[in-house]
Amino acid sequence: MERCMAFDKELNLEATELRLGLPGIKESEKQPFSTIKSNKRAFPNMDEKSCGSKDGSKASHAQKCNQEIASPAKAQVVGWPPVRSYRKNCFQAKTMESEATSAYLKVSMDGAPYLRKIDLKVYKGYPELLKALEDMFKFSVGDYSESEGYNNGSEFVATYEDKDGDWMLVGDVPWDMFISSCKRLRIMKGSEARGLGCAV
Amino acid sequence: MPRMGYSFPEEVLEHVFSFIQSDEDRNAISAVCRSWHDIERWSRRRVFVGNCYAISPKMVIRRFPEVRSIELKGKPHFADFNLVPEDWGGYVAPWISAMASAYPWLEEIRLKRMVITDESLELISKSFKNFKVLVLSSCEGFSTEGLAAIAANCRNLRELDLGESEVEDLSGHWLSHFPDNYTSLVSLNIACLGCEVSFSALERLVGRCPNLRTLRLNRAVPLDKLANLLCRAPQLVELGTGAYSSELRPDLFSNLSGAFSGCKELKSLSGFWDVVPGYLPAVYPICSKLTSLNLSYATIQSPELIKLVSQCQNLQRLWVLDYIEDAGLVALAASCKDLRELRVFPSDPFGPEPNVGLTEQGLVSVSEGCPKLQSVLYFCRQMSNAALITIARNRPNMTRFRLCIIEPQAPDYLTLQPLDVGFGAIVEHCKDLRRLSLSGLLTDRVFQYIGTHAKKLEMLSVAFAGESDLGLHHILSGCENLRKLEIRDCPFGDKALLANAAKLETMRSLWMSSCSVSFGACKLLGQKMPGLNVEVIDERSPPDSRPESCPIEKLYIYRTVSGPRFDMPGFVWTMAENPALRLS
Repeated sequence: MERCMAFDKELNLEATELRLGLPGIKESEKQPFSTIKSNKRAFPNMDEKSCGSKDGSKASHAQKCNQEIASPAKAQVVGWPPVRSYRKNCFQAKTMESEATSAYLKVSMDGAPYLRKIDLKVYKGYPELLKALEDMFKFSVGDYSESEGYNNGSEFVATYEDKDGDWMLVGDVPWDMFISSCKRLRIMKGSEARGLGCAV
Repeated sequence: MPRMGYSFPEEVLEHVFSFIQSDEDRNAISAVCRSWHDIERWSRRRVFVGNCYAISPKMVIRRFPEVRSIELKGKPHFADFNLVPEDWGGYVAPWISAMASAYPWLEEIRLKRMVITDESLELISKSFKNFKVLVLSSCEGFSTEGLAAIAANCRNLRELDLGESEVEDLSGHWLSHFPDNYTSLVSLNIACLGCEVSFSALERLVGRCPNLRTLRLNRAVPLDKLANLLCRAPQLVELGTGAYSSELRPDLFSNLSGAFSGCKELKSLSGFWDVVPGYLPAVYPICSKLTSLNLSYATIQSPELIKLVSQCQNLQRLWVLDYIEDAGLVALAASCKDLRELRVFPSDPFGPEPNVGLTEQGLVSVSEGCPKLQSVLYFCRQMSNAALITIARNRPNMTRFRLCIIEPQAPDYLTLQPLDVGFGAIVEHCKDLRRLSLSGLLTDRVFQYIGTHAKKLEMLSVAFAGESDLGLHHILSGCENLRKLEIRDCPFGDKALLANAAKLETMRSLWMSSCSVSFGACKLLGQKMPGLNVEVIDERSPPDSRPESCPIEKLYIYRTVSGPRFDMPGFVWTMAENPALRLS
């Protein structure tokens, strides 16, 4: 009992101390806080994952973990505020999803009875996209050149409508800019395409 | 007197007992005499086990041989906030295998915070010929493969509710396993599933189940498919939409609006992920009939929320994000006079600064305007004693009050005093209060108030509060009806715990983490109280590798009639009567 009381006295001093730190945790036993990103991971596993180093002494490993985890401006407390993980994930997922979702666009071809849809996110660049369009609509695009657009005597030209509503030639701007500004595609007949730099 | 016992034939007693549904009443009946005990146990059809480790499956089966419906709860509540380490326990497998042979006529299984595997799901689907209801609330450990087995084999399934479970999404095709001639679905909740389910299978399923009342879709169901689904199920009473966003198209809007108008029975709405405000008016036609609205995923701003909520005059339950702001809550208070339950969730819980205009004022407004308000969960960034006193005076009918002030130990922002007096007013005025969660700066005084006044309190959650063991002592000695107590990061130690050891046997469970309970006290408690499992959870190292006076990480104490459990992971120790057991 005496031991308990002595221990108790120590505690009371700390307990009456006004501080913003977490009560009840001794300095020597202090553990780095885990971040919200660890959903169900037990604390030691999470450290290994975030640090990535497999060898090296335990002490330096722990140190490194402390540094990495302490880097956010405010140390996050596990489980506080008490918000369920699926709720937290909701908002993170929103921003990540807008990058990951598909980008289906309508593709029309002059003279075709109906339109098609393709997912731009599936393609990594213009060659793939144009090849897909060629296969889909059975026409050929030809080789691209900056000065003359596409030249192989083809009747058709691939164009797209951008955010401003203008019809542009496919291929002029970098791929990433293209997929973010492209709203729909149109395989235009050569006769109309003359003004777009197609050498027919 | 023996003569009294023979005056009614068993069949008559059984018939009379069949009208008694509440567990408490049935337990009382069992205690009258031996014959009543026997008749009652053979006629009990529904069993609720609040802690799956409090009793063994064998004991339940032995006492109640003809059960049709069972509900089990596993992990402690704080597992919801990642405070319970993974692999702690809560495995349902032993229950399922025991029941598979003992209860061939089992119809309903409801689980909360338990671990269930695909094997168990398959066993369920094959063992119970009349299986009707499967509710998995906040469970984990299974995948869509297990769901496929349920779909394929449970011919009489009425309800499949996945709650907020964590499901391994292997494929969306599990839904196609419902046979073509299966038509008995009444309730389907797949909102927690991440991946797309086979949409055509869903459409056909919805179309051929005329009794479908509840349909909660997952985020992956796009808005342009919703109208179609609604047209196939105009009898729906509860709907959870999928993602509520699409480019604005007049035809899509009118289809959707028309479909909603066609649902004359719709009373509950949820979902609304990624909501595009332009499509909200599609639900306006049915707003006046809504009693329950869950907008807690809808990242829309206050003006849109006000427009929506102002039309829901019959609303009883609202879950919403703090985007609603004080102004929105004023509108709510003015329009929704039947409101019983309000939950306001934080849109940016980890941001250091407030991002919305939501303060204690919003809650005060609702407490003033909504006379039936009895259940509150409110996240905010500032609170005052004055506000709490006002709320308490306005709403003495409050039964559940959970307040989370986001900054730990935040004082009354007006006076910089602790919030003891405010919470004291809550427990003093709200005499029927059953559940309370505290936050903000709190001394031992608040616990004195709670111990003195909160006589009906059943569940208390405490975080970053109190100054000494006196606080814990007030609660344990004062709250007569306390069943569940969960505490984190409070300076409570051994004294109050040991002084109130007997109290622990009258409660379901006690959780204490990051407090100051020593290993020695835990051992003592385990030795003295054979009716309790005293579980020490410590992921650092075995507690006996340190001096006995060292505080342990986490403590979970619960009463049990089946002794220590045997499925513990390496970081959990049960303090047993014989200390030599389990400690090496």
